[in-house]
Amino acid sequence: MPTPIARSRSGAAADTGRSVHARGLTRRFGSRAVLDSLDLDIAPGEFVALLGRSGSGKTTLLRALAGLDPVSEGLLEAPLATATVFQEPRLMPWKRAWQNIALGLRVPDARKRALAALAEVELADFADAWPATLSGGQAQRVALARALAREPKLLLLDEPFGALDALTRISMHRLVKTLWRTHKPAVLLVTHDVDEAALLADRVLVLSEGRIAHQETIGLIAPRSVDQPEFRALRRRLLSSLGVDTPALETEPALATLPRAFALGLGR
Amino acid sequence: MNSRLLSPLLLLALWQLSSLAGLIPAQIMPAPSAIAATFYDLLTSGRLLTHLLVSLNRAAIGLAIGVSLGTVLALIAGLSRRGEVAADPLMQILRALPFLGVIPLFILWFGIGEVTKIGLIALATKTPIYLTLYGGIRGIDSKLIEAGGTLGLSKSELILHVILPGALPSFFVGLRYALGVSLLALVAVEQINANSGIGYLINEARDFMRTDVIMVCLLIYSVLGLLTDAWVRLMERHALAWRPLIPGIRTP
Repeated sequence: MPTPIARSRSGAAADTGRSVHARGLTRRFGSRAVLDSLDLDIAPGEFVALLGRSGSGKTTLLRALAGLDPVSEGLLEAPLATATVFQEPRLMPWKRAWQNIALGLRVPDARKRALAALAEVELADFADAWPATLSGGQAQRVALARALAREPKLLLLDEPFGALDALTRISMHRLVKTLWRTHKPAVLLVTHDVDEAALLADRVLVLSEGRIAHQETIGLIAPRSVDQPEFRALRRRLLSSLGVDTPALETEPALATLPRAFALGLGR
Repeated sequence: MNSRLLSPLLLLALWQLSSLAGLIPAQIMPAPSAIAATFYDLLTSGRLLTHLLVSLNRAAIGLAIGVSLGTVLALIAGLSRRGEVAADPLMQILRALPFLGVIPLFILWFGIGEVTKIGLIALATKTPIYLTLYGGIRGIDSKLIEAGGTLGLSKSELILHVILPGALPSFFVGLRYALGVSLLALVAVEQINANSGIGYLINEARDFMRTDVIMVCLLIYSVLGLLTDAWVRLMERHALAWRPLIPGIRTP
């Protein structure tokens, strides 16, 4: 049964109480289906993390939601007010920080809005800075401010912390969580980091072979800490759904390098 | 004192001494002091300024036409696929043509007046502008264009805020080349039966075997080259203030 391609950015999904509504979403490159009849719903204000091995189609899904790539088949509804933060900040080097945020803002007081967004990411003093003079973390915060200044209904984050060092990443996690609580956009965070996903999201999806192969609703583990048995069990389940043998990993130093993130109590 | 001035000053001193000692005949190469005296004469008589203004005027008009032409063609070729197909092959053919070779044709077409002179300068300067600006536009990071798209920029806003500012550094490289080429073209066209301009002064001096006047004029050409380069640098510093300074590399 062929499904008509329907991509709506009119916010029609709002009628059904969903921010994102996708049915039978398929994206082919040649004969290979990277997204294979995928179904996905994201509620307004919901924070969803998308995990998957590299090449599993995570970024393809995000780009489809952002309207950057076409879909081959299926139904996709996403709000018109969608903002994207990429792995690289992608700031225009020839625009000052506030100008980058104000770029394309269709409001009368764009500069004021931009400065307010900068203050929210704790960069009020850097309004007139050139992007080249910002650190990686600062530039990514400007990118985040640029996305939020648009007051998106859907915020797409494509491995936005991937290029940052571990310490900067921790403070970015905290910032994203705070901003999400303030603005309450629906969020889709694409990441390859199981801990990051479990730490930030309401719901974690695992993408495999072009479909949502596994999902976990995190609900009310509080505080989210690596010491929590529930958290460890969740982590183990997510890793095994990604095809990683967890008991072996429990003893590996990789785990020992990360626990600070959890101990900081970034959960609720 | 700047240590880079040391070797030129040393050479100048050696030259002056050799001339005074009669080792270099004045007909071949006059002493620096004689050249300075000639420069002073030309300056106070007003001859130098008159001819310099004529030359500068030619260069400026030719350059303005050439830069405009190169810019417009680069925008046409750089900003649309159809424009590229239409403009780029022709520009590549024109580029391969040495502009000095066109002089006889231009003389037949436009005579030996100002049209030929200015036309040749325009023809010579449009090439570096076209090549660098077109390359700059095509070399813009596609990720920035994509990001601009997600910010909801229209096509014209993308061109204005992303593509053109991104291509500006390349444009300045082209402008510096074009200024150099415009002086070269100026020298060439002012050899064509000119009755005014620095090139005319040189030709006249050759007829009267005035090596000192020729030397003054050559100095004027090189000072023009230095001044125009400094001028572009100044513009760059303002327009490209956003560019990161590479540590350890200082612009002289």
